Amino acid sequence: MGDFDLSFISWEVISNFIKNGFFFSVELTVIATVGGVVIGTLLALMRLSGKKALMTPATFYVNGMRSIPLVMVILWFYLLVPLLIGRSIGAELSATITFVAFEAAYFSEIMRAGIQSISRGQVYAGQAVGFTYAQNMRYVVLPQAFRNMLPVLLTQTIILFQDTSLVYAIGAYDLLKGFVTAGKIYGRPEEAYLLAAVVYFAICFGLSSIVKKLQAKIAIIR
Amino acid sequence: MQWDWQFFLNDDGSDRTYLSWMFDAFGWTLAVAASAWVVAGVLGVLMGTLRTLPNSKWLVRLGNAWVELFRNIPLLVQVFLWYFVVPKIFPPMRDVPGFLLVVFALGFFTSARIAEQVRAGIQALPRGQKYAGMAMGFTTAQTYRYVILPMAFRIILPPMTSESMNLLKNSSVAFAVSISELTMFAMQAQEETSRGVEVYLAVTALYAVSAFSVNRLMSWVERRLQIPGFIVAGVGGGH
Repeated sequence: MGDFDLSFISWEVISNFIKNGFFFSVELTVIATVGGVVIGTLLALMRLSGKKALMTPATFYVNGMRSIPLVMVILWFYLLVPLLIGRSIGAELSATITFVAFEAAYFSEIMRAGIQSISRGQVYAGQAVGFTYAQNMRYVVLPQAFRNMLPVLLTQTIILFQDTSLVYAIGAYDLLKGFVTAGKIYGRPEEAYLLAAVVYFAICFGLSSIVKKLQAKIAIIR
Repeated sequence: MQWDWQFFLNDDGSDRTYLSWMFDAFGWTLAVAASAWVVAGVLGVLMGTLRTLPNSKWLVRLGNAWVELFRNIPLLVQVFLWYFVVPKIFPPMRDVPGFLLVVFALGFFTSARIAEQVRAGIQALPRGQKYAGMAMGFTTAQTYRYVILPMAFRIILPPMTSESMNLLKNSSVAFAVSISELTMFAMQAQEETSRGVEVYLAVTALYAVSAFSVNRLMSWVERRLQIPGFIVAGVGGGH
């Protein structure tokens, strides 16, 4: 056993280094989930629209995003956004844009599966009461698709929370970076990595236990 | 913006062109992914099988704990744990090369996801399969070896395809501990040449081509192993 010393951790260290990183990780997760689900649903609707002009670009976007490592996507946006708008926007904002764009591809696959899980009879019922396509989606299909896919969406959100640690590649200040910085300053890098692992584990394990309970509770009985 | 691909033929300062550096890096990416795939496959099948064993409460718990542990810590943090923390706790690990530590990190992380698929695959089999094995007088080990696992493997092939592609993409986190794989090359060459767009395009193309090749390879395996009349639907997700 090497010597492990966790005594450098104090409330001061937590509020100076860890807290801001934690808030950014949470903020990134929430924005990317909400943005990703909204854009992902639109992408899913495009792919299921039956119109080639909508299907082709959406399919290309989703499959393209899904075949590249997230780290590369993070690097791409960090390089391209300043080139396109002509000024630097900082690692945190760049990471936020990246995660919304990247997660939209994954959420769109989930929403597509959700929409396809709705039986045809539901759609016909909507048409029978005179709903337009948009109304049918809004009042009949999407609410059920969303409900069916809620556990999968939440699981993806937990994966997303873990993936936010990859903003390390562009130096954004997230939860992991908070631990790494504190570890460096107090000369205890190994302890800091271990603590980071414990904190991530506690959060993700806790959340996935909640999702499991929820899954059992909201399952629609057929 | 002007395209400039010429710089790929320039010397990178160590008597090789950027192009040959990139293909060296590609080789490292494939080596990390392939080795981790072996580690993940062996451990994943073992742990996934343990989770379904009858009458072995502790082995089931071990399998479950394994999956929860390696699934709920971000891969990047696991890489740091293997690279920095494990050698500090177990001094003999100090002599293990960094390449292997990253392979372990990626392999153990992926094994949790494979174990989950293996468990789901085994539990998706009709109970009659197990009873048939028992009726033949097979021991539990024989039932798994000759009846359950051959069927379960075929069920999990489609999700294994996406796990294999994920593994290849996830090998990119090795950049964090300076393994000179594709992502590391992308970051360094971008800095040295200032031709970021060209560098990233080339690297992205290599990732996309290899992900596509894995996909084709796996669906070939799937077709080869198919049992006529036995059709299963795949489940995927995650990255």
